[in-house]
Amino acid sequence: MSEVTLRATNVQKTFAGPKGSSVTAVNDMSLEIASGEFVAMGGSSGCGKSTILLIAGGLLRPDQGELEIMGTRPYEVDSTRRASIRSQYIGFVFQQFHLVPYLDALDNVLAPTLARSLPDAEDKAMALLEKFGLTERRHHVPSALSVGEQQRVALARALLLEPKLLLADEPTGNLDPENTDSILDHLVAFAKEGGAVLMVTHDDLAANRASRSIRMEKGSIVESVS
Amino acid sequence: MNLRRLIGREILHRKLSFGIAVATIATSVAGLVAVVALLGAHDLRTSEMLMRMNKETSSMEEKFTKEMKVYEDSVRKTMKGLGFNIFIFPEGQELGEVYTQGFASKTMPESYTAKLAESKIVTVNHLLPSLTRKLKWPEKERTVILIGIRGEVPIAHRDPKKPLIDPVQKGRIVLGHELHRSLDLQEGNSTMFMGREFIIEKCHRERGTKDDITIWMHLDECQELLEEEGRINAIKALECNCASIDRLGEIRREIAGILPGTKVIETESKALARAEARNKAKKHTQGAIASKKAEAIKLKTDREQLRFEDEQKYTALLTVVIFGTMAWVAFLAFANSRDRQAEIGILRAMGASTNSILAILMGRAFLVGLFGTGVTILVAFLLSDSLKDPLHGYEIKSLRGHIPLVFLFVPLLSCAASWLPALQAANRDPATILRNE
Ligand SMILES: Nc1ncnc2c1ncn2[C@@H]1O[C@H](COP(=O)(O)OP(=O)(O)OP(=O)(O)O)[C@@H](O)[C@H]1O
Ligand SMILES: [Mg+2]
Repeated sequence: MSEVTLRATNVQKTFAGPKGSSVTAVNDMSLEIASGEFVAMGGSSGCGKSTILLIAGGLLRPDQGELEIMGTRPYEVDSTRRASIRSQYIGFVFQQFHLVPYLDALDNVLAPTLARSLPDAEDKAMALLEKFGLTERRHHVPSALSVGEQQRVALARALLLEPKLLLADEPTGNLDPENTDSILDHLVAFAKEGGAVLMVTHDDLAANRASRSIRMEKGSIVESVS
Repeated sequence: MNLRRLIGREILHRKLSFGIAVATIATSVAGLVAVVALLGAHDLRTSEMLMRMNKETSSMEEKFTKEMKVYEDSVRKTMKGLGFNIFIFPEGQELGEVYTQGFASKTMPESYTAKLAESKIVTVNHLLPSLTRKLKWPEKERTVILIGIRGEVPIAHRDPKKPLIDPVQKGRIVLGHELHRSLDLQEGNSTMFMGREFIIEKCHRERGTKDDITIWMHLDECQELLEEEGRINAIKALECNCASIDRLGEIRREIAGILPGTKVIETESKALARAEARNKAKKHTQGAIASKKAEAIKLKTDREQLRFEDEQKYTALLTVVIFGTMAWVAFLAFANSRDRQAEIGILRAMGASTNSILAILMGRAFLVGLFGTGVTILVAFLLSDSLKDPLHGYEIKSLRGHIPLVFLFVPLLSCAASWLPALQAANRDPATILRNE
């Protein structure tokens, strides 16, 4: 039985532009993602994909609409609680990986434990590294890792606290096909194990691996293909 | 993963940036130590000078007091023997004449002496009547001064004192140097004077005064020879126990009550000269001590003034240094948190709270302060021995007791300086950071 992991209802986000102008990045958008679902989101540049991801991740407050993650409403609680919701339910993967430059692979994977303690964290981190083929690389700092390795470390980090929802913003944007496949395999596996994935991608091949594909235009969903 | 590990990794990763911040703090702490050490050295140097000066003054005072006591004792003894000399001259005697020819031309009854002696006079002790005349020694064709003297007339209401000047016996004379030398007379010789024969009692040594042409004889014989029986022309009196400063006035008042019209003058005496010399010496030494004391006081006030000025200067300098350091540390903290924006953004996205971001940045600032202090304290203590001489014996090690305070205060200062940049970094919107990075 699948449960709703993410529910966005009539979400709207408008940014103030220069000289009094404004950009509506997300326009009256509703979206539901259930556990076990892998949703790929496409659309032209500037259509609001990253914005909806940040809103879904509890990092950007929408102007209107409601957002629920695992039944909690992150924008109706204070920032500390919101942070705790993030650490409890959400994992992020970005195109630029955003690894902490001075921590080695293992410590980067362990970084989320700063926000939330985890029993046997090191063992779990090692298990993730092994799963991603990074055991040999665990004591390398990001600058000593290949691009594909860096993204796998970032993915392992996002998965350490066993999130319910994985938000990935063009996670394969910087990767070659081989590494892209590897990452996508892991995302598919994560969804199979009951997680929910919302992935932004421009890559149709990548989108094909998803269980559902949505396309955005000017802040709204215009197409949804299962 | 914990905060300590993260902070440690970050510091190791950005060694240069951390090192610069540590060096800044170290310089500031070095400034603090230097100021304290310089003030301490100044205190040591001046207090040593002051102590030396105080010792000099007190030893000088002690020596002076001792010397003065010895001297005063001896003077008191001498004064007892000598007293102050005064002369009483007959009524109507012009003092100008006394000063020009050395004795009075007028005479007065010798009974005046007795009258004075029998009165209740308290200021005058010893009374010596005399008759003096300048005349030609007929036998020798010489101008001489003849003085007839008598032993002391005892003062009736007090115990008679032992005579101070030995009287000349009757039938004997005493000759001044010029007389016995030029006339080739010697003690024990006999000689004729105004038709009488006298044995020469004593021949004085040369004095270079009119004493050298003076003949002394017994007053009675002198009166007979000069046909001035019962008359004298001066009474020499030695005064004592004079309480008031205006002793001549006091004596004059007493004598005027007994012998109205007589003239009283004070002559120089050894005792007077000594008393004056003593007063002068005392004044001189007291002056020297006073100036030494004044010097010490001046040094003390100079020292305090100098210290005050130094303190002010150093405080101003230190304030500038501390504020400069804080500004620089704040800037470095700002630069550091800018460098770490992406990291802060991702940590926040993963659910790290604002407070844990603040803790990361403050922990680093605290370590900057701790290391900066440690480096300086270590270097300062290692240099303590070799800096002892240039610092006038001041030992930086003596600041040991303040170390815990410095180790607490400086890191806190470093945290305070880094607080605003850290707060700003921790509160930046992670969405904005992650979008822009
Ligand atoms: N903080 C902001 N302030 C102002 N405008 C913003 C802000 N964030 C996003 N926008 C604007 O909102 C619109 C949507 O931006 P968004 O980043 O979500 O697009 P996107 O679909 O992710 O584009 P891309 O595929 O190029 O990454 C854009 O026009 C962008 O300029
Ligand atoms: Mg985007």
